[in-house]
Amino acid sequence: MKLLRAILLRLATMSVTLIGAAVVVFFVIRVVPGNPIAMMLPPGASEEDIARLTAHYGLDKTILEQFWIWLTGVFHGDFGTSISLRQPVMPLVLGRLPATLELAIFALVIAVVIGGAMALTGVRHRETRTETAIDVANGVGLSIPDFLWALILIVLFGVLMPVFHISGRISPSLDLPFVTQFYVFESIVRLRFDLWWDLLKHMFMPALALAIPLAAIISQLLKQSLKETMHLDYVTLSRTKGYSENHVILSEALPNAVLPTLTLIGVQFTFLIGGTVIIERLFSYEGLGNMAIDAVINRDLPLIQGIVIVFALLFTIINLVVDMTYALLNPRLRHA
Amino acid sequence: MSAFLTVKNLSAALHGFDQRVLRSVSFSIDTGEVLGLVGESGAGKSMIGKAILGILPSAISIIEGEILIDGQDLQKMKPADRRRFIGATAALIPQDPLTALNPSRRIEPQITSRLVDILGWSKADARVRAMELLNEVHIDNPERVMGSYPHELSGGMRQRVLIASAFAANPKLVIADEPTTALDVTVQKQILRLIRELQERHSTAMVFVTHDLGVVSKVCQRLSVLYGGKIVENSSVPDFFKGPKHAYSRALLAATPKYTDPDASLLPVDESVIEAVAAEVLAADKEWRHGR
Repeated sequence: MKLLRAILLRLATMSVTLIGAAVVVFFVIRVVPGNPIAMMLPPGASEEDIARLTAHYGLDKTILEQFWIWLTGVFHGDFGTSISLRQPVMPLVLGRLPATLELAIFALVIAVVIGGAMALTGVRHRETRTETAIDVANGVGLSIPDFLWALILIVLFGVLMPVFHISGRISPSLDLPFVTQFYVFESIVRLRFDLWWDLLKHMFMPALALAIPLAAIISQLLKQSLKETMHLDYVTLSRTKGYSENHVILSEALPNAVLPTLTLIGVQFTFLIGGTVIIERLFSYEGLGNMAIDAVINRDLPLIQGIVIVFALLFTIINLVVDMTYALLNPRLRHA
Repeated sequence: MSAFLTVKNLSAALHGFDQRVLRSVSFSIDTGEVLGLVGESGAGKSMIGKAILGILPSAISIIEGEILIDGQDLQKMKPADRRRFIGATAALIPQDPLTALNPSRRIEPQITSRLVDILGWSKADARVRAMELLNEVHIDNPERVMGSYPHELSGGMRQRVLIASAFAANPKLVIADEPTTALDVTVQKQILRLIRELQERHSTAMVFVTHDLGVVSKVCQRLSVLYGGKIVENSSVPDFFKGPKHAYSRALLAATPKYTDPDASLLPVDESVIEAVAAEVLAADKEWRHGR
């Protein structure tokens, strides 16, 4: 009963968040200068042409009227038609979302693996040169933003040592049997490891660029909370039972120390998804972020709205998942 | 050499400082005997227990002396062997039951982990043993407690669990590090009686660290008084309470509130006594340095 109430409350706050995001984005993109119609017509188009197109997209109505039309459409599952691509918004957005999700999740996995390994190594060898080296690495990882890492990686592994692809999601020459947009996932299901490998070679650098700053944050925070946990009485007590240092770190300290890091990963993962916008652009990766930049350049108002709503939904879902995982891992919250 | 635990000339120091925190400490305990280590805060009484169990803070290390358990010299063992040997022969009853249990694990594995992981028992055997132990520490519904998380138990219950966990592997040596300090006075009495009961039943050698001479008189047969990491007096408990030999011990005893005379004013330890004992410690230090 308590659980049901918690879930309902959660869904209510989620919808408030989404409506808030919708309102803000709808009005803000109409306040900033720039006219989508002007972007579509060649220079020197006649006044009638402009008026006709403006009316066609309903941009001659007041902002409140436009908002009402858009909102009623949304509740019927119609997010409007993209002005620049002349197609319904939702299929376009959903067609690109899997590419971004795969990239972001791959980046998250890299960040957790690297950050976690660094934190554990740092704690295992605390107060030695190894820990100092890890602190320095964390500092470097944190102080360089993801898009600069992208450029560094492109120069290193795309130009000087061309081991990875620097552009696109998959080599265009390949025959694609995919029916979904989740290429990486589907290539594994279909046991097409040649395609999987090609996808990874495209994804690796953008994912790594997104992952490095997050890995540094994870490494820093997890190492810190592990070190604090290592001084606690129950950890000391487990040492007297005859356990090795590795066992003490992994099974006594880690399950408790990981909790604050988990919350942080949730917050940082939403930032990482925000980061995909620029990173996808740099690597010409055909995801949602790349589409968002095009939409903004073309003043494609319906498309921008659709993309923002999907991002907002994604963020609220991530927060929900983090909170649920936290409750699952922390027995003190389970009954609360 | 029948003593079960012998500590000989044990000195420990902070890294990078010429200052010892334990100053040539020597004592021994027979099987079934309880030794009280008393002294004010910072006297190094807990430090001795930590040195024996190999859990000194990383900034402090043993610089001299021997610790023999059952005739085995701990300093001469390989670290991994020493760890397992300690795990199998000795156990700690910690000071604060609220922080000594892992908050994210259930009680059962916290009692049985040593049996299963270090001593190679089967999970089923360890579970039976855990039930037995919880009965021994007078917990009424062991089944429920074993499935609980620490935050679901009271402080007294948690200390019972920790005592059960300490006696799980039938240790021959138990270090009790102020095991009742963090508890209510009413619970303190029960826990003391319980520790005493288990210690007698298993005839365990025990080091009982405390600052409470009243507790010493109830639990210990012998005691060592510490000041500044140095033992200033070794004595049997009856002799000590009849009349301590050292001036500092006398002052300490005089400073203990008397249950028989609750209206008597509390005497602080006299400053001249402190100065004298501090000078004694420094003189011993000088001699020790000279001898090296």
